[in-house]
Amino acid sequence: MAKQPHKKHEVETTGHEWDGIQEFNNPLPRWWLWVFYACIVWAIWYSIAYPAWPGLKSATSGYLGFSTRAQVAESIAEFETKLAPMNDKLAGVELASIADDAELRGYAVSAGAAVFKTWCAQCHGSGAAGAKGYPNLLDDDWLWGGTMEDIHTTITHGIRNTDDEDARFSQMPAFGRDELLEKEQIAQVVNYVMSISAGNTPQDASLVAEGEVVFQDNCAACHMEDGTGDRFQGAPNLTDAIWLFGGDYASLYETVYNARYGVMPNWNTRLSEAEIRAVATYVHGLGGGE
Amino acid sequence: MAILDKHAILEKNVTLLAIFAFLVVTIGGIVQIAPLFWLENTIEDVEGMRPYTPLELAGRDIYIREGCYVCHSQMIRPMRDEVERYGHYSLAAESQYDHPFQWGSKRTGPDLARVGGRYSDEWHIDHLRNPQSVVPESVMPKYGFLENRLIEGEYIGELMATHRMVGVPYTDDMIENARADFAAQADPDSDYDGLLERYGDKVQVRNFDRQPGITEADALVAYLQMLGTLVDFSTFTPDASR
Repeated sequence: MAKQPHKKHEVETTGHEWDGIQEFNNPLPRWWLWVFYACIVWAIWYSIAYPAWPGLKSATSGYLGFSTRAQVAESIAEFETKLAPMNDKLAGVELASIADDAELRGYAVSAGAAVFKTWCAQCHGSGAAGAKGYPNLLDDDWLWGGTMEDIHTTITHGIRNTDDEDARFSQMPAFGRDELLEKEQIAQVVNYVMSISAGNTPQDASLVAEGEVVFQDNCAACHMEDGTGDRFQGAPNLTDAIWLFGGDYASLYETVYNARYGVMPNWNTRLSEAEIRAVATYVHGLGGGE
Repeated sequence: MAILDKHAILEKNVTLLAIFAFLVVTIGGIVQIAPLFWLENTIEDVEGMRPYTPLELAGRDIYIREGCYVCHSQMIRPMRDEVERYGHYSLAAESQYDHPFQWGSKRTGPDLARVGGRYSDEWHIDHLRNPQSVVPESVMPKYGFLENRLIEGEYIGELMATHRMVGVPYTDDMIENARADFAAQADPDSDYDGLLERYGDKVQVRNFDRQPGITEADALVAYLQMLGTLVDFSTFTPDASR
């Protein structure tokens, strides 16, 4: 025989019997039954309160008027309202005066760090140390200038992109590929450049004198006669020890032969003026700002 | 409660139980899925969407072949943190010509729904060749071999015809000129007026990998550089009820 039911009163069996084993028809546990009923009630309420039932043209929009899009717009607006006073102030003041206002500068550096990690770190590195072909922003060597105005312009319009007419633009000729110089001349000028750059020695010192002639005829217009470069044209300083694509003989030969240059997007279509100013302040404060 | 006692019939006949279970699941499925095909507010028509150009479509196939979707999603969810990081949340219409869609289900790498124009072509080539050279903390494998594999778009017209069968509005003109458009998009010195006429002025025509010939890297970068760029969100006003 099966176990006796807990209830004191008699419980009917379901009428099933197999080999003398019977099944009692006990009621469902009370707590379970009430939870079940509560779920049904909650489901009905939910389908009235929130978008649910499909119709011919649209689904019911729900008593509470909930919408994911409205929710995200609201959440964005909430933060924008909170930050608006600081952002307006940041976008309105003179660039150079951001540094004078400690509170504004603190805000700009924190906001700029977030912008940098989201939008800039992929090329310039999460620590802003750059990579081969992507400038290091921690040092004091600037291709296009390191003042707040210069950095701000570079971020706003980018470099050599095709999307912004005001993008900074310059292009070194491919002296070898386009046959502007003979291979011997390239070898000479590379040795000359190695002789004037800090911490570098020419691979073949006998070519340096001829290389200087080639340099003055072909390179000095942008890189200046003394090789210190020209920021108006984004022409790098060749006399320091900092190289974007490498300062060894093979790298320099490749650079002169094919010409190498980077491209930076314009950020004015993706970031607000306040965000651009924030990240400019952040980059300016990394160590090399002028 | 006589009708409630009838369940004994179902419980004792497995075939009948299977049939009725199928019916119940079918009703549930119809109620949940079928309305999506006619409800106006689930079918949002968005300005700017166009089918992929032949080169982009080839790039998309490479994206799928290499399993990029395993680590990268293409679906910016409507949440503030995602919108701040990746840009405007994705619209259903932005995947309307994707067969299959590339929403993905996991982000080991970042979302790519709006990666277009965010980095330069050079960055993409450097990054595909050796991701760690530009993002040292990355765990992405190297895809440098894509630069060495020349493609001609031999079957690109057929691929587009297949996409047309499942609803992508490729015209006969587009399919006939598929191979010419395929080559033109990767060569800024070519006559690409036809390509722009067929797919719009915003199509990006460049030698994406800066190397002679059309490589798989060209196609993949062309695809990545257009992702999420078709809808102009400066003029788009989201309908809050959707």
